[in-house]
Amino acid sequence: MSTSATTDHAARGASGSGDVPALLSVRELRVHFPTEDGVVKAVDDLSFDLAPGATLGIVGESGSGKSVTSQAIMGLHRGTRAKVGGQILFDGVDLLTISDEELRRRRGQDVAMVFQDPLSALHPYYTVGNQLVEAYRVHHDVSKQAARARVIEMLDRVGIPSPQARFGNYPHEFSGGMRQRAMIAMALINDPRLIIADEPTTALDVTVQAQILDLLVGLQKEFGSSIIIITHDLGVVAEMADDILVMYGGKAVERGDADTIFYSPEHPYAWGLLRSMPRMDRLRTERLVPIAGNPPSLINLPTGCSFHPRCEYATAELGCFTTAPPFDAESDHPVRCLIPHTERLDIFENSVRPSL
Amino acid sequence: MSATDQTATPATTATGAELPKFGETILKVTDLQKHFPRRTKGIIPRPDAPVKAVDGITFELRRGETLGIVGESGCGKSTAGRTVLQLLKPTGGTIEYLGEDITGVTGGDWRRLRTEMQMVFQDPYGSLNPRQTVGAIVGAPFVIQGIKPKRGVKAEVQDLLARVGLNPEHYNRYPHEFSGGQRQRIGIARAIALRPNLIVADEPVSALDVSIQAQVVNLLEDIQNEFNLTYVFIAHDLSVVRHISDRVAVMYLGKVMEVADRDELYANPQHPYTQALLSAVPLPDPRKANKRERILLTGDLPSPINPPSGCVFHTRCPKFRTELSDSDKARCTGEVPQQREIAPNHTVSCHYPGPPPAEILVLEDDPEAAYDPTALRGAGDEEVVTATGSDDPADPTRA
Repeated sequence: MSTSATTDHAARGASGSGDVPALLSVRELRVHFPTEDGVVKAVDDLSFDLAPGATLGIVGESGSGKSVTSQAIMGLHRGTRAKVGGQILFDGVDLLTISDEELRRRRGQDVAMVFQDPLSALHPYYTVGNQLVEAYRVHHDVSKQAARARVIEMLDRVGIPSPQARFGNYPHEFSGGMRQRAMIAMALINDPRLIIADEPTTALDVTVQAQILDLLVGLQKEFGSSIIIITHDLGVVAEMADDILVMYGGKAVERGDADTIFYSPEHPYAWGLLRSMPRMDRLRTERLVPIAGNPPSLINLPTGCSFHPRCEYATAELGCFTTAPPFDAESDHPVRCLIPHTERLDIFENSVRPSL
Repeated sequence: MSATDQTATPATTATGAELPKFGETILKVTDLQKHFPRRTKGIIPRPDAPVKAVDGITFELRRGETLGIVGESGCGKSTAGRTVLQLLKPTGGTIEYLGEDITGVTGGDWRRLRTEMQMVFQDPYGSLNPRQTVGAIVGAPFVIQGIKPKRGVKAEVQDLLARVGLNPEHYNRYPHEFSGGQRQRIGIARAIALRPNLIVADEPVSALDVSIQAQVVNLLEDIQNEFNLTYVFIAHDLSVVRHISDRVAVMYLGKVMEVADRDELYANPQHPYTQALLSAVPLPDPRKANKRERILLTGDLPSPINPPSGCVFHTRCPKFRTELSDSDKARCTGEVPQQREIAPNHTVSCHYPGPPPAEILVLEDDPEAAYDPTALRGAGDEEVVTATGSDDPADPTRA
């Protein structure tokens, strides 16, 4: 199944079950943007698998490459100056090499996207209903009346009250939660096999967020789609994801199933993320433990491990300042860290877990 | 500037009034209203029903504490904060500061009061003038108030920058040269420049990444201890509010639904809205998240132009829908619930408050001993001093 030892190792963990062929396999994905100031390595050497019906959560801070990854899968970097390399295998077909025509056919039909800000993702000049009709008729040769019926059915399905009346409304007449529902309806209208949700609830209030996450889970069960959910909120991934990919500086630094990432994470950045947030489900701590410093610039990534300037365990002896860490072969899930495996487990058990 | 002298010297304010002891009322807001007028569209515009952004809220603020205000967007929490500082003119109710009614104060009197009450804004991009240097921004309060520090404005500003964890040499830089977290530090330096007593922080960390958010929260706590500040902390993130607040007020559609000490509110919420809000927060723990039940609210926030009759929450209230009898419901739809005290330091605006269903509670551990409501910050000086001695990695002295 593998091309090399590293990809074989890289493929483990995120696919969940080994016997089902992955719906989506991303291999050594690179997205670089040449700019006047230098090359922005937004995504660098990223690999993961996603099984049919599974949910993958991608977490990381702003500028870690989460959204660029999703845009690459959707083929949204075509025709721009971005340099995209590697492979994105969807059902065995490389989305990076197929023709524009073929990609257009698959976009929406096979892979659909829910954007973060539905107010700017929906066209302000067309009614919500017409935008959904258009999305449906691109892929289905049906009459406007038939499409309209389907759209109203979808609007109803995502919980928009009186969908008949709402069909003719413009996006600005919807509330934030309703707009996000309309976006989800648009993403689902062609019954895609993969939904990419890029910060789908970041702009929403918690009560509405709970509604939307509930809706996504319910629809996933009903339609059997796979979901990639991109977020900076660890609470959202904990509720949604089967597998989790932690990104930092354009690279995946750790990948594993939700239990692994939340209960036995091995990368110091994952520890930092878990430690730095205030938690409602624990006794209140006197002080939060922030990650020192700021996220790195993607033009000028630190040498060696890009996390080393912010990592309290980085040392010169380990080579953290000079050697870019590969995935650690000793760990049972992919972790990019030079600290020896046993020592890492030790640090986690003795100094990180007690402060979580 | 040490935290130990706060009880020794009788603190006075710029207006000469004596500050209350820690834990005593510094600010009292009674039935505060902010209605924004509207006009009908058309050839002859006429006054129309106003937007009732804040519609009669009552709370008090005790010196040295942090009062968290939470609620969904559009509930009026930011308007409440701004109205308290009179950045917006209240349309009703009173604000008492140190026992004195300051509701209608204008002009020079108000300018003097401004030195004691400051604000930290949400958007670290919009709240700093892009054409001014950091030195000019942080030094502006001195210029506006005509205050001449002994060592000069520049030295004072550089001290402030160092205090909030910025390099004093960045005095001449512009806001765009800083990251979001650093900009928020600039906003904090500006707010503490004149040594205020009260700071209203409106979503100060919501625009920041989690790792940076923790740095800024720690900084806010440090300077609170160092400068004996009282905070109003407005946020929608219930986890952050729990971390930083001593007491928490929950707002919905311009009204206060529940106010309680932090641990009481999170462990024993009595208002159905508070319960729904708490149950909606996603937990960063997959096993607990799977076990926990959610109270899902249906629909959206009603319009503050035309709020529901009686209890404004009844249209979305799960208790109203499922548990109450028709005669009980009539009370919810007909009578506005008043804020009433159901336990010491715990007020609820609900006709039928009750303990939360057990499935939504997430704290397995006993929350006792974490907070003693009688001992506000002023009492715990020793710990306070060591805490400011900074093991914070963001502290510039640590390098």
